[in-house]
Amino acid sequence: MSHEYSAPGDHIESTKPVTVSRYRGITRLNHWVTALSLIILAISGLALFHPSLFFLSGLFGGGQVVRWLHPAVGIVLFISFFLLFLQMWKLNLPRREDAIWVAHIGDVVAGNDEKLPELGKYNAGQKFVFWAMTGLILLLILTGLMIWEQQIPLWEPYAPWAATIPARRIALLVHSLSAVGIVLVFILHVYAAIWTRGTLRAMTTGSVTGGWAFRHHRKWLRELAKNRKAPDNNKTPAE
Amino acid sequence: MTERAPQPTTAAANPPVQPLTSNLLPSDVVRISATANVPAPERQLEKVAKLIDVSKCIGCKACQSACIEWNDTHPDMEENVGVYENPHDLTPEMFTLMRFDEYVNPEGDLEWLIRKDGCMHCEDPGCLKACPAPGAIVQYSNGIVDFVSSNCIGCGYCVSGCPFDVPRIHKTAQVSKKCTLCSDRVAVGQGPACAKACPTQAITFGTKESQIALANERIEDLKSRGYDNAGLYDPQGVGGTHVMYVLHHADKPGLYSGLPEDPRISPVVEGWKGATKTIGLAAMGLAAAGAVLHGLFSKGNQVSAEEEHEAEELVVKTAATPPENREGL
Ligand code: HEM
Ligand code: SF4
Ligand code: SF4
Repeated sequence: MSHEYSAPGDHIESTKPVTVSRYRGITRLNHWVTALSLIILAISGLALFHPSLFFLSGLFGGGQVVRWLHPAVGIVLFISFFLLFLQMWKLNLPRREDAIWVAHIGDVVAGNDEKLPELGKYNAGQKFVFWAMTGLILLLILTGLMIWEQQIPLWEPYAPWAATIPARRIALLVHSLSAVGIVLVFILHVYAAIWTRGTLRAMTTGSVTGGWAFRHHRKWLRELAKNRKAPDNNKTPAE
Repeated sequence: MTERAPQPTTAAANPPVQPLTSNLLPSDVVRISATANVPAPERQLEKVAKLIDVSKCIGCKACQSACIEWNDTHPDMEENVGVYENPHDLTPEMFTLMRFDEYVNPEGDLEWLIRKDGCMHCEDPGCLKACPAPGAIVQYSNGIVDFVSSNCIGCGYCVSGCPFDVPRIHKTAQVSKKCTLCSDRVAVGQGPACAKACPTQAITFGTKESQIALANERIEDLKSRGYDNAGLYDPQGVGGTHVMYVLHHADKPGLYSGLPEDPRISPVVEGWKGATKTIGLAAMGLAAAGAVLHGLFSKGNQVSAEEEHEAEELVVKTAATPPENREGL
């Protein structure tokens, strides 16, 4: 079994027609917890971001609720994303074919996948979303903890500078800029998942069609095909 | 209908005793936090100010007691750690605090500099600028900046917005608290409780004009006694304030327990509440609208039947090849 391009649970489920299992149930659950917390964070955060959006706080029961709910969900997001990160970081490391893919971004947008290099489980766009989310969530959790009024005393014994007013002003600025950034990355992520037809089912049922894998992630498909039913010589037929 | 209270012009005189209705009306509000279009008020109240003459203060803390009593706050009992400040800082239950500093002047004499700290009632209030909750902070046309707890969400943005480190978030009520300039007393024709209680009249109250005139008299007097740098603290960086100080060392306000030299709303706060919001909102709106529109009209990136077939071939061919020969497939 080689896992240069695929994750341990990935496998070919059936051959006629080919369907490929892309995400285990636990990974999908993990993904949707992350997605739901990000959406709650975006809506509750935007309520405070601009007066014209303050009405969004009504969805949660008012500004006083948003004040504590937002950072609490922030902790959930951080932990949940961290678990996803552990499962996905390796296959999101950049590879040589990513540079070629980026150079052919025109073909990507035009949907000419036949002109693109063969790819593993993720393309450079997906990798960008992954690392952008990673970086922005780190910034958001750090600055979020700095501007969490009720938790400011937590900083005092370890990093008193973080509890000072000048530091909190910068944290507020960075938090709101990162929030704008992560909303933009989120829009890109959802758009790409819908535009690339056949992708959403990877996160709902967990599998994709063989044609989808062939078109977008052929190296991944090849590896899974090779990994399939490799006869184990050390096993007796009875096993 | 009872008569409206007159605008108070002093804290020293006895207030009117007949029942009077409030003269600080919702329509006298000129700025509201997180609210863009405040209707123009029908009348302009006379600008008021509290003047704190540091040179007359004896540090008796009568003002603190009066503040506690009028506002019905309950500051915690604290430890005596060998300094005169009590409590050790402004708190959600202590809106004003006598701060004590020792200064050895160039002549080698010790000066005991006592400053009554609290909200300065800025003409351009950083707290109000930072606040995300509509109506949690208001400014009246007489200059008073008031927190409206029922609209406050306890987020603490005002703490970061204030150039004077004044607001404090109440730990149990989860709302921001600070000096109100006794807006509830001013509304019925009375001066602030602290000014009323001050035994040396180091704290006075009246129209801003009258307080500047009084300050000028005091400054002249101080200069005649050798305080060449005596002056008024009415910092223009925040548009002037409605709580002003007479300082004997107006050239060095920092001597008075770190009174800021040139306070103004931090550029970081201006950038955060300004460009970040307009550009950020535009970027997110355009991206969302663009994605929806494009998504509706694009037929997307489709997988062809041929590709499904090729995938099948690939998988079948690989399966037919013994594992040791699968390299290169
Ligand atoms: C990762 C952990 C996060 C933590 C601990 C956190 C914490 C906070 C805190 C404490 C505030 C101040 C208001 C309040 O007390 O509720 C805030 C504001 C905000 N947060 Fe977060 N947050 C996090 C993640 C996010 C994410 C993922 C987004 C965007 C999708 C976001 C968007 C915002 C926005 C837009 C504001 C308002 C900023 C402003 O007023 O300019 N936050 N956050
Ligand atoms: S001193 Fe601070 S709290 Fe008072 S009005 Fe100015 S900015 Fe607001
Ligand atoms: S804590 Fe301060 S900034 Fe936040 S809503 Fe209350 S008054 Fe406004």
